[in-house]
Amino acid sequence: MGLEEKIPDSIILTTLEKMVNWSRKRSMWPFGFGLACCAIEMMSTFGPKYDLARYGMEVMRPSPRQADLMIVAGRVSMKMAPIVKRLYEQMPNPKWVLSMGACASCGGIFNNYAILQGVDKIIPVDMYVPGCPPRPEQLMEGILKLYEKVSKEPLAARKDSKPKIKPAKKA
Amino acid sequence: MSETAERRTMNINLGPQHPATHGVLRVELELDGETVIKATPHIGYLHTGIEKTAESKLYYKVIPTTDRMDYLAPMSNNLGYCLAVEKLMEIEVPPKVKFARVLLTELTRIKSHLVWIGTHALDIGAMSMMLYAFRERELIIDVYEACGGQRMMSTYFRIGGLADELPPDFNEKVEKVLKRMPDALVDYERLLTDNRIFRNRTIDVGKISADDAINYGLTGPSLRGSGVNYDVRKANPYSGYEQFEFDIPLGANGDVYDRYIIRLEEMRQSLRIIRQALDGMPEGPFRARVPGVVLPPKEDVMFKMESLIFHFKIITEGFKPPKGAVYQAIEAPKGELGYYISSDGTNKPHRMRVRPPSFVNLSALPKMVEGGLVADVIAAIGSIDIVLGEVDR
Amino acid sequence: MEEKLKEFFEKNFSGAVLRVDEFRGQLSFYIRKEFLLDICKALFDDQDLEFRFLSDICSLDWLNAPDEDEGRFEVIYNLYSLKHKFRFFIKVRLPADNPEIDSLTSIWCAADWLEREVFDLMGITFDGHPNLVKILTPDDLEGFPLRKDFSLTYEMPRFSHNKNEPPEVI
Repeated sequence: MGLEEKIPDSIILTTLEKMVNWSRKRSMWPFGFGLACCAIEMMSTFGPKYDLARYGMEVMRPSPRQADLMIVAGRVSMKMAPIVKRLYEQMPNPKWVLSMGACASCGGIFNNYAILQGVDKIIPVDMYVPGCPPRPEQLMEGILKLYEKVSKEPLAARKDSKPKIKPAKKA
Repeated sequence: MSETAERRTMNINLGPQHPATHGVLRVELELDGETVIKATPHIGYLHTGIEKTAESKLYYKVIPTTDRMDYLAPMSNNLGYCLAVEKLMEIEVPPKVKFARVLLTELTRIKSHLVWIGTHALDIGAMSMMLYAFRERELIIDVYEACGGQRMMSTYFRIGGLADELPPDFNEKVEKVLKRMPDALVDYERLLTDNRIFRNRTIDVGKISADDAINYGLTGPSLRGSGVNYDVRKANPYSGYEQFEFDIPLGANGDVYDRYIIRLEEMRQSLRIIRQALDGMPEGPFRARVPGVVLPPKEDVMFKMESLIFHFKIITEGFKPPKGAVYQAIEAPKGELGYYISSDGTNKPHRMRVRPPSFVNLSALPKMVEGGLVADVIAAIGSIDIVLGEVDR
Repeated sequence: MEEKLKEFFEKNFSGAVLRVDEFRGQLSFYIRKEFLLDICKALFDDQDLEFRFLSDICSLDWLNAPDEDEGRFEVIYNLYSLKHKFRFFIKVRLPADNPEIDSLTSIWCAADWLEREVFDLMGITFDGHPNLVKILTPDDLEGFPLRKDFSLTYEMPRFSHNKNEPPEVI
């Protein structure tokens, strides 16, 4: 005799954590921070051939106050870096960051005085998608892997982690 | 208490992060109610130092960085650079290369205008145009992918010719574009040209006269909208353009609506050029034979000693052009794109200067917008068709 | 058309031209910097030549080159005539310690942003420009990036043996 026979068929049992994570990943709204060439591929991903709205990203919010996922698409120059940091701080918790393309992940082909070598020097990044620019299928795989990561998150308070790499010292 | 209250103006910021500024552009507006008194654009948020980077790379290694300046029309940038270096080195390319380059550059023009029409109509409020334009763009991207392997930045042109032979399904893919595009253009016209809301928002908005346009250095559809007949393809032809037949559309008023009509018509003329290029494509090699500058064909490298040595030297050390400087201008979709390359006899460029059409066009924005309403600023920015990667380089 | 231009310079400004150069079909005039504004005004107003279009202003740095004594910096004005479809270049050499030259904003409005960019990236000042401030680089960047003595700031890539140290910059 077990408890399972007493429960009728129409009740689902789960943990609170799984429930919350499922609802968070199923309707994550992106804040498309399109800066350069990767922004055009991001727009193609939201376009008719590779439709991203079927994964829950229905609308791309222009305002950071209403978005969950910040997709940094494109090269971040030194003049733009404080603005990226300010926009990240304006997003309400819970928030995730996906760095799209080679220039946002590590500086890309531009290794010089004007480009920040990786956006993870100023904000913490959850998923890196390489490519120059990445194909829409690559971006979709990155987003789906991010969903898997979100579904495993504990419900305890997310500490805002500090960026791991120290900024460079000039010779 | 005074009789009339003092009117104070309001300063607002159309910030760097904005859904309708096509990139990271900041416009500082001084408003009196809804009328714009002063508009000051601030740029530099995407400055990449491409000109400085080009001084530290060999001549053929600069080609991928030129792709990333105007990222909506990458093959135009490649063409300008390759033509400039070929002028410096006095290399004559075979006729097949000229036809192939013209074909791909005109496809690039259509691609750039499609993204323009999608985003411009989206800013004005016609949201479904974006989906239609991106659907047609996928057909052109298929051609890019067959040629160069990459969807956007295929870097298919090289100094002295093309990177590789044209792919076997090239004709089929270009025919698909030629079959679909005329009907698509009719669809766009039906949606926008006689639409009352679109006409109210674009006629008599963002006007600039012909004399002002020449003084501000405008080029491209923004200049032709005011009635000035200047197109580099007809005035100083390059890469075999004199063999093709096409017309240049001109506007009358110089407002946003005229520029829209001109770009639609330019897409039609590009289809005409592509049809002529596809039908008349000559046979022949896809690269010039210049030992020491252009890579030798692969069969020769496998079997002959001199070709192997030349191949090795070109890849590791590059070539040394004569001392001097050239300027080559082409008609990019945005305007007159110019490359000024100065060489001091070594294997790296001494200075590569890019004359960006969007940078010079954007400096005329205050003239177009002052005295109008706030919503007209968005329509005017869209109609100049700027790409911030080119403005800031 | 080249003959008409050479005649124009001979007749009106023969003392200003240092030398005439022709390379790959392009004509350039090297002039002294004091005559720049007068020459451009005359070319703009001339009814026959009509050089009303300023395409581009470009700057070069000839540090450590064999002809550096003529002047370290060079400013090149790219003028085009819509009537004759002809393009030519006016080149001016400037000394290294105080590079300054007249501004052309009184004739062409296109010169406004083009001169600001030359000032920002190369450090050449223009007299008479209404608003000569930085346009492309951030406000806290010191120095002028396109000069030959400004380093590219290339960060060497790190490998597993030195991944925990900050990167070396050249």
